[in-house]
Amino acid sequence: MKFFWEARKVILPAVLVYLVLKAIFGFHLVSGYIEQITLFSFIVILTSLGLNVIYGYTGQFSLGHAAFYGIGAYISAYLSKSLGVESILGFIPVLFLSGVSAGLVGCLIGVPILKLRDDFLAIATLGFGTLVRVILDNSDRFSEILGGSRGFVGIPRITNLELAFFVTVFLILVTRNIIFSRYGLFWRCVKNDELASQAIGINTSRMKLMAFSYGCFLAGIGGALYAHLYTFLHPSNFDILKSIDFLIIVIVGGMGSIVGTIYAGLIWVGFIEGLRIALPADMLDLRWVFIPLFLIGLMMWRPYGLIRKGG
Amino acid sequence: MEDVNYLFQQCINGLQLGAVYALIALGYTMVYGVLRLINFAHGDIFMLGAFIAYYLISKFNIPIYLVFAITMVCTAAAGYIIEKVAYKPLRNAPRISLLITAVGVSLFLEYFLSLKFLFTANYIGFPRPFEVEVYDLSLFTITNIQLIIFAVTAVSLFFLYLLVYRTKYGKAMRAVSYDQEAAALMGINIDATISLTFIVGAALAGVGGILYSIAYPQINVFMGIMPGIKSFIAAVLGGIGIIHGAVLGGFVIGVSEVFVSGFLSSTFRDGVIFIILFLVLLLKPSGIFGKRIEKV
Repeated sequence: MKFFWEARKVILPAVLVYLVLKAIFGFHLVSGYIEQITLFSFIVILTSLGLNVIYGYTGQFSLGHAAFYGIGAYISAYLSKSLGVESILGFIPVLFLSGVSAGLVGCLIGVPILKLRDDFLAIATLGFGTLVRVILDNSDRFSEILGGSRGFVGIPRITNLELAFFVTVFLILVTRNIIFSRYGLFWRCVKNDELASQAIGINTSRMKLMAFSYGCFLAGIGGALYAHLYTFLHPSNFDILKSIDFLIIVIVGGMGSIVGTIYAGLIWVGFIEGLRIALPADMLDLRWVFIPLFLIGLMMWRPYGLIRKGG
Repeated sequence: MEDVNYLFQQCINGLQLGAVYALIALGYTMVYGVLRLINFAHGDIFMLGAFIAYYLISKFNIPIYLVFAITMVCTAAAGYIIEKVAYKPLRNAPRISLLITAVGVSLFLEYFLSLKFLFTANYIGFPRPFEVEVYDLSLFTITNIQLIIFAVTAVSLFFLYLLVYRTKYGKAMRAVSYDQEAAALMGINIDATISLTFIVGAALAGVGGILYSIAYPQINVFMGIMPGIKSFIAAVLGGIGIIHGAVLGGFVIGVSEVFVSGFLSSTFRDGVIFIILFLVLLLKPSGIFGKRIEKV
């Protein structure tokens, strides 16, 4: 209860936002499509926040974040389908379990690869992402229900406004509290100078592992919500391009900025889906021509973030 | 006897693939040597080489040696332009910014070239520039394509060796990769040396692109991604920054990939390469020939 009392300055506006959204959706002021991408933007914010913890706060560059998002999505979909979960109450343990599984995988993979430094870590996480993609593509060999490269179909649609919104707000608050706890301080120390952190007695490899696992946990939760929003999963949704999406959101929002990530996530989803509406269908390919140019430009002029400038 | 023949045949096929990986890996290792950058766009230069050769052969029908020459010039120019436009402004930026830029350049090349009025995103059949002949050598068979791949690779490696170890420019390259600041103090033009490295690496990638599409005659704008990553892994395996390491690594990766497809299943070949990467990074991050104990 203390947790919620101390966070009242965040929770009250959040509840207001929720009521507004509920009213808009309740009176069908917007189409179901808009409704869906609104929920999707919360998922994107949550997952990007995970990457921001890993990269923005702890300085561990990852190009495989979508793999953990995919692991969460597949595990939750498998659980809810094999256990026959239909309701939100039954889904919450599944949600938690899939987040924890993604975090555990992150922990296992993090033990060896977090020894590596920036660009080698990038190639190792990229490799892990590709490995997960290969496993998902061949997943029908292990279990027919996973669908392999044909995709995972028939997932119950459980994610609704309440679930997506309050899970996201709750985890944002938890993340904020961790960041301002002593562990968060250690993470930021590791980012700024690993050697100096070691010298003052911080167990840097443990801190890196903790941040990485926590970031992967958030990605797993995001993936589980995603699976039960779109009810269909395909391995190509969890490849390197998806990881780059999250990376762009973190960079646009500012490395090590929660508020920045929230804004950037909303802007990004709005921008991508807006282009889908604004551009004619045959011009849609142009999106991925401009996104890399945007990324290159960002690196040249604002390498620490568009919204928040800082080191 | 059947099994032994199969084994030898797979070895030859693996060396064929390995030769192409070696050519691409050289560009990665040289660029990493001078800039400490994983040039993600290198795989796309390889793809560009394949497409230029495709247009030269199918539209203009010119002899194969000219195809090699023109493609090398074009990809070298592409490498030079990429370095000057995208990487040079970031010379003093953090390494991660440079890396993200490289990923951006790679994605840009892929998606820009896949537009409908350019190369499109479809698979295109690559025309065979000559008739395929198969020579039976009792233990295994070898095609003239494979012989050409081995010959071209050997010639390229020979010229690269001459350039790097027998000329002033090669000496400058080695000096820059050893210590950039000290090299600058000795009067070496750092920018020109980095540009030269990109030009040479891109030309080799262009050659690799032609050879790859002669051997596996289907090209696509996204064809450079996996060979690019695998070649980078080959460079890491041999010891990043070391030229003969990249060649050995390329052959090892090529042979292991073909062995996995031949004896296990072709769907797992990409996975196995990444397991090799994890093992190398964990057990000996400096690679097979790496001497300097550098924390990676």
